[in-house]
Amino acid sequence: MTETPTRGPRVGLFATCLMNVFRPNVGFSAVKLLEDAGCTVEVPAAQTCCGQPGYNSGDYDAARALARQVIETFEHYDYIVGPSGSCMATIRHDYPVLFQDDPQWLPRAQALSVKSWELLSFLADVLDATQSDAHYDGTATYHDSCSGLRGLGIKGQPRALLGEVDGLKLKEMEDSEVCCGFGGTFCVKYPEISEKMVDDKVRNILATGADTVVGGDLGCLMNIAGRLKRINAPVKVFHTAEVLAGLADGPGLAGAVKGSD
Amino acid sequence: MEIRSKEFKERSVFAIHDASLQQALGKARGGFVGKRAQQAAELPEFEQLREEAKNTKNEILANLDHYLERYEQAVVAAGGHVHWARDAEEARNIILDICKRVDAKTITKGKSMVSEEIGLNEALIEHGMEVVETDLGEYIIQLAHEPPSHIIAPAVHKTKDQVSDLFEAAHGGPRKTEVADLVNEARQVLRDKYFRADVGITGGNFLVAETGSSIIVTNEGNGDLTQTLAKVHIVTSGIERVVPTLDDATLFLRLLARSATGQETETYTTISTGPRHADDLDGPQEYHVVLVDNGRSKMLGGRFRDMLRCIRCGACMNHCPVYGAVGGHAYGWVYPGPMGSVLTPLIKGLDAAYDLPNACTLNGRCASVCPVKIPLPDLLRELRHMQHQQDITPVMQKRALNLWRFAATRPKLYHALEQVAARVLSGISRKGRIRRLPLASAWTDSRDLPAPAGRTFLELWQGKRGQK
Ligand code: SF4
Repeated sequence: MTETPTRGPRVGLFATCLMNVFRPNVGFSAVKLLEDAGCTVEVPAAQTCCGQPGYNSGDYDAARALARQVIETFEHYDYIVGPSGSCMATIRHDYPVLFQDDPQWLPRAQALSVKSWELLSFLADVLDATQSDAHYDGTATYHDSCSGLRGLGIKGQPRALLGEVDGLKLKEMEDSEVCCGFGGTFCVKYPEISEKMVDDKVRNILATGADTVVGGDLGCLMNIAGRLKRINAPVKVFHTAEVLAGLADGPGLAGAVKGSD
Repeated sequence: MEIRSKEFKERSVFAIHDASLQQALGKARGGFVGKRAQQAAELPEFEQLREEAKNTKNEILANLDHYLERYEQAVVAAGGHVHWARDAEEARNIILDICKRVDAKTITKGKSMVSEEIGLNEALIEHGMEVVETDLGEYIIQLAHEPPSHIIAPAVHKTKDQVSDLFEAAHGGPRKTEVADLVNEARQVLRDKYFRADVGITGGNFLVAETGSSIIVTNEGNGDLTQTLAKVHIVTSGIERVVPTLDDATLFLRLLARSATGQETETYTTISTGPRHADDLDGPQEYHVVLVDNGRSKMLGGRFRDMLRCIRCGACMNHCPVYGAVGGHAYGWVYPGPMGSVLTPLIKGLDAAYDLPNACTLNGRCASVCPVKIPLPDLLRELRHMQHQQDITPVMQKRALNLWRFAATRPKLYHALEQVAARVLSGISRKGRIRRLPLASAWTDSRDLPAPAGRTFLELWQGKRGQK
């Protein structure tokens, strides 16, 4: 692997908690896509979580503690990019709100906010990527994760790039913009409601006849994959980055290997 | 109405397994969402109108006292009366006093969520008066002895079959099964009541400061009959419903019909200004407006002011996947869905409705359709924050949060824990997933848990690229 440290923007990759534990392949896919687009990618070791679990549980102090850590770790990069609309929306939109009464941290939060990007939106909107040399055999349907869609305006970018993937057919599902029922801790606090919601989502996925689901947030994808697997539906689940990087050649989430159960 | 929001969990599970309810909800959801989307697409300035409506409301709320005073003066000048009610009880008593004074026996009602909020029907009935709901949906749930489950479609949880049964039992058959026949039957029963009514009570979608008028919109025309045929017309309304001019009202009317039912305009838009005047052909002899505060002025001064922009269109609940899954009754009080999850704790108390702000994925679809751009998810999160500060959050959750914070602010510890998790979960998985995990049964009861690969990304990265 050749490093080209003087060329292109210096990007700090935000390794989300779920990606770090459950799906390292998404991280390597993100690195590949960013490097192929000319970026220098670093993965700072001092990072942990963006703080969203605290923020959405109403524990703003905990969220601020985590936010300060992220700001300190990433503020010297040209960009902070992560493969999750949810975490990146927290950094982009919520950090400045969290520090709105803190004259010391507010400017730093704002400075990080404007250079924080969700991966797909960074590739398309900042780097103007329009091509993909990846190959994927199959028909995929794209699930719009809520934070990416409504928080960051991610809708056309992943579809356009996926449309460039050789061999891949995209088929829209009904209600692709409706929440899958993950919602962070929601899915374990209100499991029955969450199950009903993911069931509706899965029904719409199956109705397309697609053999693959792609999306931009691992929380949603784990929820969808887990439900698909539980009802023995032979549909594979990948993060958009894996497909675009040509690294969707192994098993999908929850282990569905191509052609097996 | 007694609040039962504490039973949200039980009631939601019950609702999910109620087949008739699910059938009714599925049908309604498709209709409302599709029609609204079409209306929004057909009006190029729709997004601009939302922004305008938001700004206009903000301006009104910033000067609410001024507009309310002007409104009161205009009502009085038109020969009407304005009554101020600090809370539900005061509002009930004011209305009861008017009804008793005119010796009311039969009271007709147009749809009014404020009257639900103040528990008006129960109070009137308790005092021996006959209360007849004239909105078809309200009439249906009155027969069923149920509260509304939606703010604009109160009987949306009922299937046609259930309505047929209710009507047959109440009207003595023969059982009708066609919608048109059911509507006709209700019309006939109600006709007679309108003419016998002593008092007609309606809500007020908008109160116009410049003219002292109240405006209601309906699709059945029942509101008109309610307010013009009775001897006394009483309008119940929240203090936040005032708008400066008729012009402003039209801005909101354009948004209301499109957002609520996906119509360009509702079938009837009725403007009432004072009682019957000398040269009027009909109309009530007395015209009263009861302006209800019930927690609203407290909202005005705090971080929940945005909520007072609400024009009660119901779009947020129509687009809410949680409401779509459990229906309105699960929420346990008058206002369901996203707007109800904000309003209920604010009006009835944070701990009376712990679950409502929490039973939300913060997916933001409600805010994206709200005609006055209320940031509902932010307000729900703010309520969680208040619960956290006031120690209403369950102890276990607080402990978990503290542990998470302790670990997550120590990267080495956090990474070590992540590595353990990745190894253990991978070790107990089979074929890439875990089917049962005792401590995570809330997840694994309904879905498999995708298994990690065994090593974390950060571990693998450092192995490949070395320490950074
Ligand atoms: S919060 Fe917005 S969408 Fe919901 S009822 Fe009120 S105005 Fe309508």
